[in-house]
Amino acid sequence: MKLNGAQILIQSLKNEGVECIFGYPGGAVLHIYDALDLSQEIKHILVRHEQGAVHGADGYARVSGKVGTALVTSGPGLTNAVTGIATAYMDSIPLVVISGQVSSAVIGNDAFQEVDAVGITRSCVKHNFLVTDINILASTVKKAFHIAATGRPGPVLIDITKDVTIAQTAEKSYPDTINMRSYQPEVAVEAAQISKAVDLIMSAERPLIYSGGGSVIGNASSELREFTRLLNFPITQTLMGLGAYPATDPQSLGMLGMHGTYEANMAMHEADCIIAVGARFDDRITGNLDKFCPFAKIIHIDIDPSSIGKTVSIDVAIVGQVRAVLSDLLQALKGKKTAEIANWWAQIDKWRSKDSLAYSTKTGVIKPQSVIQALYQVTGGEAIVTSDVGQHQMWAAQYYPFDEPRRWINSGGLGTMGFGLPAAMGAKLAEPSRDVACVTGEGSIQMMLQELSTMRQYSIPVKIINLNNGYLGMVRQWQEFFYNKRYAMSYMDALPDFVKLSEGYGHSGIKVEKSADLKPALIEAFKQKDKTVFLDIITDPTENVFPMIAAGAGHHEMLLASKDKMQSTDDEGLNLV
Amino acid sequence: MRHIISVLLENESGALSRVAGLFSARGFNIESLTVAATHDSTLSKMTIVSIGDDGIIEQIVKQLNKLIDVVEVTDLTAHEHIERELLLLKIDVNSITQADIDKQIDDFSAKIIDVSEDTYLLELAGKSQKINDFLATFKTTKILEVARTGVTGVCQNRENN
Ligand SMILES: Cc1cc2nc3c(=O)[nH]c(=O)nc-3n(C[C@H](O)[C@H](O)[C@H](O)COP(=O)(O)OP(=O)(O)OC[C@H]3O[C@@H](n4cnc5c(N)ncnc54)[C@H](O)[C@@H]3O)c2cc1C
Ligand SMILES: Cc1ncc(C[n+]2csc(CCOP(=O)(O)OP(=O)(O)O)c2C)c(N)n1
Ligand SMILES: [Mg+2]
Repeated sequence: MKLNGAQILIQSLKNEGVECIFGYPGGAVLHIYDALDLSQEIKHILVRHEQGAVHGADGYARVSGKVGTALVTSGPGLTNAVTGIATAYMDSIPLVVISGQVSSAVIGNDAFQEVDAVGITRSCVKHNFLVTDINILASTVKKAFHIAATGRPGPVLIDITKDVTIAQTAEKSYPDTINMRSYQPEVAVEAAQISKAVDLIMSAERPLIYSGGGSVIGNASSELREFTRLLNFPITQTLMGLGAYPATDPQSLGMLGMHGTYEANMAMHEADCIIAVGARFDDRITGNLDKFCPFAKIIHIDIDPSSIGKTVSIDVAIVGQVRAVLSDLLQALKGKKTAEIANWWAQIDKWRSKDSLAYSTKTGVIKPQSVIQALYQVTGGEAIVTSDVGQHQMWAAQYYPFDEPRRWINSGGLGTMGFGLPAAMGAKLAEPSRDVACVTGEGSIQMMLQELSTMRQYSIPVKIINLNNGYLGMVRQWQEFFYNKRYAMSYMDALPDFVKLSEGYGHSGIKVEKSADLKPALIEAFKQKDKTVFLDIITDPTENVFPMIAAGAGHHEMLLASKDKMQSTDDEGLNLV
Repeated sequence: MRHIISVLLENESGALSRVAGLFSARGFNIESLTVAATHDSTLSKMTIVSIGDDGIIEQIVKQLNKLIDVVEVTDLTAHEHIERELLLLKIDVNSITQADIDKQIDDFSAKIIDVSEDTYLLELAGKSQKINDFLATFKTTKILEVARTGVTGVCQNRENN
């Protein structure tokens, strides 16, 4: 039988096990849409903006662990998708994004809706392909899924010219495997490095495990738990790693970094041995590199050699999958005795007793932190929480202790406002039986608001928790601290009536202005199982995120609450953003 | 320090821009870059000269290896290696004596490959330093045009190719 390129593409996606694709049609992909519609086997979510399609696929991927897929047209369809692609790239999320391209005969002629898709996306994809020959279409799809999902995952773009979707060729069987001489993501863990690591671990007196997104991406949660418990070491997790190790466990010190807990950051500063597990020493973690972990020998486990030694020099580098490396370490450590660390735990407990996440509860205003705590109580800590970017993101990370991986979905690396709502949509599709809450701010939500319409069309119920402080709060906070309270453009006048807006899209909404109404409103919202409810919660506009390591400072120089005087940050510090 | 990095990569359209784009996006410096097909028509060899401390060169090598089209990366500078660059140089020979010119050419074993009424076209292959030295023997006012290929190189032993 003869198939056209569009049909081959859809067949290939089915062979890859794609169940759900997010997209938006246009001239260059009309053949693909035709084939998709005729096949009826892949659920297609028609978004309202291509950025929403890619974030939707991204949320789906983060929750399910599968490769997310999106389909967009050429030109503006592709450029709209770029923010989504870059977001996934920074957080190592496996995606295959398919874009239409003008016909190969007119490429380079400034044809209608032509952009150089592979050129534009080159620096924010793991790899990309331009397909101008129908005979390599199926194998390219195979390669794309393989590349996206293996090694350090990431987004892959397949740009397909329109003539390829129209051309016909005889149906061939889809390749089972693919071998690329230039891409060999599987690496054997080096035994010599394991034994060096074991030596350091056994003699450590002030050890600390610093786990990141790699533990989530690499599905290594159970190995991480076993490893941490066997050693009885304290563990801190990055924003991207939350949930891989349960936050409510006594060995957990919470998040580290710029807005991490006092105990986590002090332990980083004082540790003599740090075991970095799938974490990339991001600048939100390290703060001032000159003051970073002055006493520690560092073991770094990462699948990507370029993450190792990039910003911080490492004593023992172990390249490999977190799961495989931790299993090897567990094997090698069984029956061995580690150094006595009771004093270290006593020190940590002293830091803990500072209760660095305590906040003052004035009456009359709703404290944003209390909203997250109430959300935690009402959902029993069992919800998937997506977030946008800003203060609300930090509060969600700090006050909703995640005990399982793939429950906390946020844009860490790129920090993309607008991510939360479409990601929530993808999350709900990936796990329909679990409650999904989108914690957002009145600034962020307005960047992808149109997806409320998509959620209506497909009846995707999400609870939107809008921490409405009337400000681009994270910007306002920096201006308060570092720009002498000159609040340039961080106040947004003329906010919409979010309740009416939500109703206008066919959902319901509740405005909450008093603390007493908070919990009942949350309970009511979650009672409406299959409805999207927009909770517009008016919160303290002056609240700041603490603890905070000011730009340029070290871990031991963190600020605990607004009463701590903000030390002035010099220009060098401000360069760090 | 100056490093010569040899990259074997799939001979795919766009592979060159992936490498060049990597260098500009990550702020790595490129002194020169050469690329051409190899005896295997599916592979190209690229030679890049870059300057950076050990940490930067390590990142360059790692980031190059991460590119999906890259098959092999070798820092030639870390091995016994041979490097060569080709120079084509057009000079103004008015008011230079033939003896002077012959000496300059002989000293460096350069070749005259074309002659016109008042210009010579010279060819010289060698290490970059030798080419720099050769160029330095001419008054800048006498140099009409310089075309250098940039460095290419190979490891001397059998294992590293
Ligand atoms: C407003 C704002 C404030 C922020 N504040 C903080 C903060 O206070 N604290 C904080 O922690 N972050 C903060 N971030 C997030 C920060 O920007 C980074 O995104 C985050 O710290 C990176 O997390 P990570 O190191 O776990 O790396 P990730 O980006 O999750 O990278 C994962 C690493 O693991 C490796 N890896 C992936 N898969 C595997 C595998 N299977 N096996 C082995 N290795 C693997 C990858 O190669 C990579 O090196 C903030 C972000 C925003 C937007
Ligand atoms: C697309 C995009 N533009 C700008 C920024 C810079 N930025 C970071 S946080 C923030 C403010 C977010 O405001 P809001 O959503 O109201 O959250 P809040 O901080 O008030 O909780 C801004 C503008 C960004 N992260 N993303
Ligand atoms: Mg706000």
